[in-house]
Amino acid sequence: MNINRRQALALSAGAAVFAITGVSTKLAYAAAEDTEKAIMDLAGGKAPQSGKITLTSPEIAENGNTVPVSVKVDSKMMEGDMVKSITIFAEGNPNPDVVTFHFSAMSGAATASTRMRLAKTQNVVAVAKMADGSTYMDKKEVKVTIGGCGG
Amino acid sequence: MISRREFMQFGAVAGLATSFSSGLSGNLTRALAQQKMTQDDLLKFDSKGQVTLLHFTDVHAQLKPVFFRPPDTNIGVGAFEGIPPHLVGKAFLKHFDLEPRSPVAYAHTMDDYVNLARTYGKLGGLDRTSTLVKAIRAERGEDKVLFLDGGDTWQGSYTSLKTNGQDMVDCMKVLKPDAMVGHWEFTFGADRVQELTEDMGYPFLASNIVDTEWEEPVFESTAMFEKGGVKVAVIGQAMPYTPIANPRWMFPKWSFGIRPEVLQANVDKARADGAQVVVVLSHNGFDVDQKLATVLKDVDVILTGHTHDSIPVALEIGKTLVLSSGSHGKYLGRIDLEITNGKVSGFSSGMIPVFSDVITPDPEMTAKINEVRTPYEEECTRVIGKTDQLLYRRGNFNGTWDDLICQGLIEERDAEISLSPGFRWGTTLLPGQDITIDDLYNQTSMNYPSAYRLEFTGAQLKEILEDVCDNLFNKDPFYQQGGDMVRVGGMSYACAPKESIGSRISDMRMITTGTPIDAAKKYVVAGWASVNEAVEGPPIYDLMEKYITRKKTINMPTNETVRIIGY
Repeated sequence: MNINRRQALALSAGAAVFAITGVSTKLAYAAAEDTEKAIMDLAGGKAPQSGKITLTSPEIAENGNTVPVSVKVDSKMMEGDMVKSITIFAEGNPNPDVVTFHFSAMSGAATASTRMRLAKTQNVVAVAKMADGSTYMDKKEVKVTIGGCGG
Repeated sequence: MISRREFMQFGAVAGLATSFSSGLSGNLTRALAQQKMTQDDLLKFDSKGQVTLLHFTDVHAQLKPVFFRPPDTNIGVGAFEGIPPHLVGKAFLKHFDLEPRSPVAYAHTMDDYVNLARTYGKLGGLDRTSTLVKAIRAERGEDKVLFLDGGDTWQGSYTSLKTNGQDMVDCMKVLKPDAMVGHWEFTFGADRVQELTEDMGYPFLASNIVDTEWEEPVFESTAMFEKGGVKVAVIGQAMPYTPIANPRWMFPKWSFGIRPEVLQANVDKARADGAQVVVVLSHNGFDVDQKLATVLKDVDVILTGHTHDSIPVALEIGKTLVLSSGSHGKYLGRIDLEITNGKVSGFSSGMIPVFSDVITPDPEMTAKINEVRTPYEEECTRVIGKTDQLLYRRGNFNGTWDDLICQGLIEERDAEISLSPGFRWGTTLLPGQDITIDDLYNQTSMNYPSAYRLEFTGAQLKEILEDVCDNLFNKDPFYQQGGDMVRVGGMSYACAPKESIGSRISDMRMITTGTPIDAAKKYVVAGWASVNEAVEGPPIYDLMEKYITRKKTINMPTNETVRIIGY
């Protein structure tokens, strides 16, 4: 195949090769401090404890537009050991407060999963609020990458 | 006083678990030089116990013996600095106590590569591997041997591209693996993967692939075997970042990832089902699996692939053995396990370099290889040029094959800057060798070969370099994708591997003028193997055939692209 410069330019027009994310975007991203403040509000001014809650997310997102995350809290879901809600935050999204799941004894188990858009590499945080007001937290970094040069 | 050589002949070398590896580095040095090294020498092994695991991985469709130069740069960061596999040349030889210039030194390092390549010849060839596998099955008894294929088997040659992987499946059937995992296999598309895995007659395992809709497993995770009276579970791991490192649109309904919690659940299930030995057959990459060995419980062996690292013996990480068996058919990894009271109580391990001039080819496999190659033989062996220099790819940064491809892209697509992906597959040519169609496709065989031509700003170029660099040098291996750095032509830069994303790349300049790259200015960039759909441009193999044919003889100037900082 013989391609001159003009043909080459025409051929390649519009073909995006690397999905460039982040840097040039003008959206006002929330800062990690905003998430921290929201968590403190949720936890009643006291830092949540670690343990009890497990957040599962991919280390690197395959598709930043729909990143699967799931949360699970070790709980009997009976009086004295009851999860009231689980909130998921995405530190780097325009609106970091992504979703809150509410539970009752009828739920049986405190697990939930969803998919969310992550525009750039960031921490995802899950906070469980127990019926007695205590809170538990887990955090995972999800990387959003250009990809494509691995071997 | 006992001399070093005598000492080694006794096999009492610290850190080596088998007499084989140590013996090879000692007396066989002279033996091979005197053409006395034998197949039996290569097969010598401290046989043990009830179960033998044979590990073969990342052959990248190389049916015939090859030259494959090990890397001269393989930087480890964080906890992985200065430990295998991040040791090259003399540091590697010292760590494993191998004699310089011995056959085993040649097999594992690039130290004095060209001379030793001329002395010891090519490695690999599936008919040689077949001889070894058959000999070990005969010696141990078929009921004791598990032969496991670590994947990246179907892609990487002219014939594998033309037959959509059928040539490799047909040849591997002769070897009768007990199980297989995958990575580049997926670049033949989901339908073709389903078709070939149904056809091949042994399980294709993946603990970490689920469908994107319901997150249900796409493949079996585990295969159970009874070997030597012992129940052995083999759990498979596909390359976790296949949909990121390769085009996701080719298998849009499948999601991957490391999924350590799923893997642990599968290990626990295998134990509950009575497995006395649990083996993870992995295409995660060496560092990912070194970390997994510390994270997972109750795994006896991880057979790792993807990063193309070879080590002469298995590492012991906690209670888990980790063996990485190189690539391109150069090696056959072996672990023998002794099981007492339902638990692994002893082992021996080794890495057999497949010296093609020493091993008698298995006629059954030779016939099969000839059969699959015959329709293409004339085209495959067509000479398109000659090289005056050593052409190799492997290494963290540019190799000479990619220097050539980068220059070809710049000249053929009239670009200022070129990018070539950091693949770790691709064989080596010695100075003076002809370049054939086989050789060209060994570097470029793939199903998304379009050589694009686009404009990127300086800022975008920096972002690309930073992003790829973090896939290689992230301190947490779970964030590493297992490729090398994207190769760059026309532009130089400095790289500080130990920094973090955004701070590793600096001093980007146009090579010809020395002018710093301007973040806001647009540059014409040519590259290939984009993971995006509908990328336009001529296939890289056509472009490079034209370029090499035009150049006739290859002799590239020394590469000045990358300056490494702080390492």
